[in-house]
Amino acid sequence: MTVETKLPYDQDYVRSFSENKKEPEWMKELRLQALDLAEGLEMPKPDKTSIKRWNFDDFKHDVDGEMINSLNEVPEDIQVFLDMENHNDNLVIQRNQSIAYKSLASGLSEKGVILTDIQTALQEHSDLVQRYYMKDAVQIDENKLTALHTALMNGGVFVYVPKNVQIEEPLQAIFWQEDPEAATFNHVIVVAESNSSLTYVENYFSQNKEEHAVANIVTEVIAHDNAKINFGSVDNFAAGTTVYVNRRGVAYRDANIEWNLGQMNDGNTVSENVTHLIGDNSNSYAKTVSVGRGKQSQNYTAKIVHFGKQSEGFILQHGVMKESASTIFNGIGKIEHGATKSNAEQESRVLMLSKDARGDANPILLIDEDDVTAGHAASVGRVDPVQLYYLMSRGISQQEAERLIIHGFLAPVVKEIPIKAVREQLTEVIERKVY
Amino acid sequence: MASSTLEIKDLHVEIEGQEILKGVNLTITGGEFHAVMGPNGTGKSTLASAIMGHPKYEVTKGEVLLDGENVLEMEVDERAQAGLFLAMQYPSEISGVTTSDFLRSSINAHREEGDEISLMKFIKEMDEALDYLEIDKNMAQRYLNEGFSGGEKKRNEILQLMMLKPAISILDEIDSGLDIDALKVVSKGINKLRDESFGCLIITHYQRLLDYITPDKVHVMMNGRVVKSGGPELAKRLEAEGYDWIKQELGIEDETVEQKA
Repeated sequence: MTVETKLPYDQDYVRSFSENKKEPEWMKELRLQALDLAEGLEMPKPDKTSIKRWNFDDFKHDVDGEMINSLNEVPEDIQVFLDMENHNDNLVIQRNQSIAYKSLASGLSEKGVILTDIQTALQEHSDLVQRYYMKDAVQIDENKLTALHTALMNGGVFVYVPKNVQIEEPLQAIFWQEDPEAATFNHVIVVAESNSSLTYVENYFSQNKEEHAVANIVTEVIAHDNAKINFGSVDNFAAGTTVYVNRRGVAYRDANIEWNLGQMNDGNTVSENVTHLIGDNSNSYAKTVSVGRGKQSQNYTAKIVHFGKQSEGFILQHGVMKESASTIFNGIGKIEHGATKSNAEQESRVLMLSKDARGDANPILLIDEDDVTAGHAASVGRVDPVQLYYLMSRGISQQEAERLIIHGFLAPVVKEIPIKAVREQLTEVIERKVY
Repeated sequence: MASSTLEIKDLHVEIEGQEILKGVNLTITGGEFHAVMGPNGTGKSTLASAIMGHPKYEVTKGEVLLDGENVLEMEVDERAQAGLFLAMQYPSEISGVTTSDFLRSSINAHREEGDEISLMKFIKEMDEALDYLEIDKNMAQRYLNEGFSGGEKKRNEILQLMMLKPAISILDEIDSGLDIDALKVVSKGINKLRDESFGCLIITHYQRLLDYITPDKVHVMMNGRVVKSGGPELAKRLEAEGYDWIKQELGIEDETVEQKA
């Protein structure tokens, strides 16, 4: 059965939205082209999760947010994500769909590093944005949501590090969905030119428990020859926001992309994290931790596709499901013909804390080349009542015992995360979700 | 601290529908060390697990009272907070949780909120106990029981016992799998706790442990009951003559009630 869905926004709306923002002509054309395509495209079909009844239509598209003068003005729940003592000089805060705060260390801007909101990037670096926007990583017509994303994009950041520039300190973006119904159609582009390196950390945050909103996010991460990108994220959308997040990496020769994703949304979520290892000797390590609670349904795909010779991919995902949350973890290692001496490894583990929680891990290896190595491990299980008994026999309450077991279960991933800020944020958010 | 009394009265326990304990009676008071002995499969470990509240064991009849309070109505954590401790024969492995974090959570669970043990004091006490039990300090940072040798697990149980200082402790075959040096160290830890406020129930089927920890009373279990009680001399006779004379005396042919471990 096909359902004719009327798109909530038409050509006139999209055209005037783009014109009001004084976007370059190419962006306006791309939006209109995408809107045309969206009509005829199918919704994404995540394996084993039905998203037919999820809200992808009910949201406010165009919502401004006010500037802030000091980081003390952001709510305490967001301050957790900021290092309030040693202010991060490289920070963008987006409030609803406006930029609220922006700073970049002068030493970095002198070297040609760009960390700015996507609208400013379209004004000041139009050619550079056009070079990467929905080109090498995500395609407009992958599904209805990628097309809608392109048509309705209303925020995001652009990060660019020139050749041979190595950045030690993290570049950070905070996306604060303050209006409970504001849509987050964010586009994030992270480009590391040859021989450069960077660490980027982003946080999504909302508080809409009842009100409906939609997040439709595309992130494109490009590591040129011998570049190294360390990408960290802690997603923290509240229960009212339906999330589609597509994070895609492309690694060229000798390049490295490391993903550290804390998938801590409280609402229904489809997350695709795909890396294309294009160049010889490129590699990617994709780590995910997740805590599901309430009635949320989630579907995570971590996929690494090997094209280059001697490319290495490793997927590690651990998830804990509470209450009646349900989550599917798909791990896909794909080795294309010609990618000799490549190695695809993955490990997925799911722990369920209640009888109504559901979890599943699907390890998939698709291999079209003989001279390779690959492996997978997956487990899905419930909390062992004898473990709880042991901990409780020392006076520890059941709640505290479960807290210890959850932290312990997620620890092997959390401690692997090389970015201290993300590790600490994650521990904090896990703590909040466990109770 | 005043001494506590643990009373076990006519305790009947089933596991998966099979009755293992068929009316156990025992009373332990602070200051006393009792040994429960008997061949394998006579219900000794079931007694320990049932008192602590292991999820697999079902009490069908009888009472367990700690200072008059009904232990069987308490949750497992409440039993511990009331003053009970069980050094387990097979402690669980908890991945990702360090021994040190677990110990600190356990100690704080016995204290009021806002009165948690300071990190400095905790580390000092833990280091002293580790030294006393001749345990490598690295163990504190290893995940709880994960990859521990049999001996390390047993020492870790005694480490917890020494730091939690319960009113009544049950030691379930704490000597099994220990070499003679480890046995001496573990015994030293238990003997250090001996005073008027500490009562101990030592479950073992070897006399060997009792060479290092002298019991005040010795009980023999067969067929899910305590069939004989006496002083330390009873343990000596069991070491010399085995259990057959008791079986003959009582006319027991098969003393077991469960499958042997």
